[in-house]
Amino acid sequence: MTATLTPPELQRYARHLILPEVGIAGQERLRGASVLLIGAGGLGSPAALYLAAAGIGRIGIVDDDVVDATNLQRQILHATGDVGRRKADSARERVTAANPHVEVELHPFRLDSSNALEIFSRYDLVVDGSDNFPTRYLVNDAAVLTGRTVVYGSIQRFEGQCSVFGAPGGPCYRCLFADPPPAGLVPSCAEAGVLGVLPGIIGTLQALEVIKQILGIGESLVGRLLLFDALALRFREIQLPRDPACPACGDEPTIDALIDYQDFCGLSGSQENDDSGDTMQDEIPEISVLDLKERLDRGDSITLVDVREPGEWEMGNLADHGAVHIPMGEVPDRADEIDPESEVVVYCRSGARSAQVAGFLLERGYERVHNMEGGILAWSDEIDSSIPKY
Amino acid sequence: MKVQVLLFAAFREMTGAETLSADLPPASTARDLISHLRTEMGHSRIPPAPAVAVNARHAPLDTPLSDGDEVALIPPVAGG
Repeated sequence: MTATLTPPELQRYARHLILPEVGIAGQERLRGASVLLIGAGGLGSPAALYLAAAGIGRIGIVDDDVVDATNLQRQILHATGDVGRRKADSARERVTAANPHVEVELHPFRLDSSNALEIFSRYDLVVDGSDNFPTRYLVNDAAVLTGRTVVYGSIQRFEGQCSVFGAPGGPCYRCLFADPPPAGLVPSCAEAGVLGVLPGIIGTLQALEVIKQILGIGESLVGRLLLFDALALRFREIQLPRDPACPACGDEPTIDALIDYQDFCGLSGSQENDDSGDTMQDEIPEISVLDLKERLDRGDSITLVDVREPGEWEMGNLADHGAVHIPMGEVPDRADEIDPESEVVVYCRSGARSAQVAGFLLERGYERVHNMEGGILAWSDEIDSSIPKY
Repeated sequence: MKVQVLLFAAFREMTGAETLSADLPPASTARDLISHLRTEMGHSRIPPAPAVAVNARHAPLDTPLSDGDEVALIPPVAGG
């Protein structure tokens, strides 16, 4: 079994050791434990730091992303000087600085169906701090298939959720959300915004649940979904029993292998990454910002539709070129504000949301619809640098 | 019968409300409530089959409702 704690460890963990619920045996269990963090972002940051400080023996970090200035408002693993570096690298530095006794393993690539089972099988517990639905379903299914428990957290704007999935006898993510939401129903953090301190709270709760699981103390969130509202400062709790008919963890499961989760979530072939400029549907006609600008200058009659959220619109928009503002979520109700006879160009930040809206308009019978390729970011790069990039 | 509806995250933004009160015919199910919210009450952006909890317990949409029940609509949230 594990070697006895060394004198420096005894000193470091002294405030744990005097807790009867932890003690030397518990601290040795923490040191003997391994935890895999999916994402070194908003949730992964506080989770990693507290788990490291608590003395988890081995921490794995899966993240293929690079630190961006827009991350710094909440992702406290990364500092200003880390912008442009791999998140995995700055995460390791911070974690090791917090506690050099922790062994950190980096998996600086994207978790996918080809690698998830192998990685999961090397850790005792998984912390889901991912930022998109395909990864959430992938994490769930991989955890169920490998028998790992997932401490789940998710955030949006001012609200968060937390639970423990895949524990023996407990529910999994699919017991709650059997099917993914329609693509575009739920905005990402980039689209919806998030209060920076919110992932600090939810990610810390995740770390707490990991530690309780390892120590076997307290009452875990297995079978309970915690809903947190930061503005009201209120926690609500939903009883969440395992669903015997669940396709993943039910009595007769139908999921016996990992699948294509992009496809499953309706994100055909492309990716949902916040920073993606890729469109999600190949068949949507696109127009480059240069072509669009030329046509606008020529006086062509084009209805420009900005489908971003109000805060994004306020940062900079194409109102000078006649753009109208209809946030994506309001398009189904307000589509009649867009003349079906006119030529329509839809834009957003990077071109992903607007591709969905363009597809929606095409389905509704609009005949001349284009997606502005690369969104307002491309406009800022190639036409008007006074429009801020974000 | 009257039921109280609790909304979170994206569902709050769709409806502009944190709570709603719905007046339903007797023997309505949670699915009937969702349909009522989407049509009679005009909240068409609510998806047809969201995850719900009846009286703070996750429940299938065919769960029958009673007067005074509290139904929470649980939004999928993926941010991290």
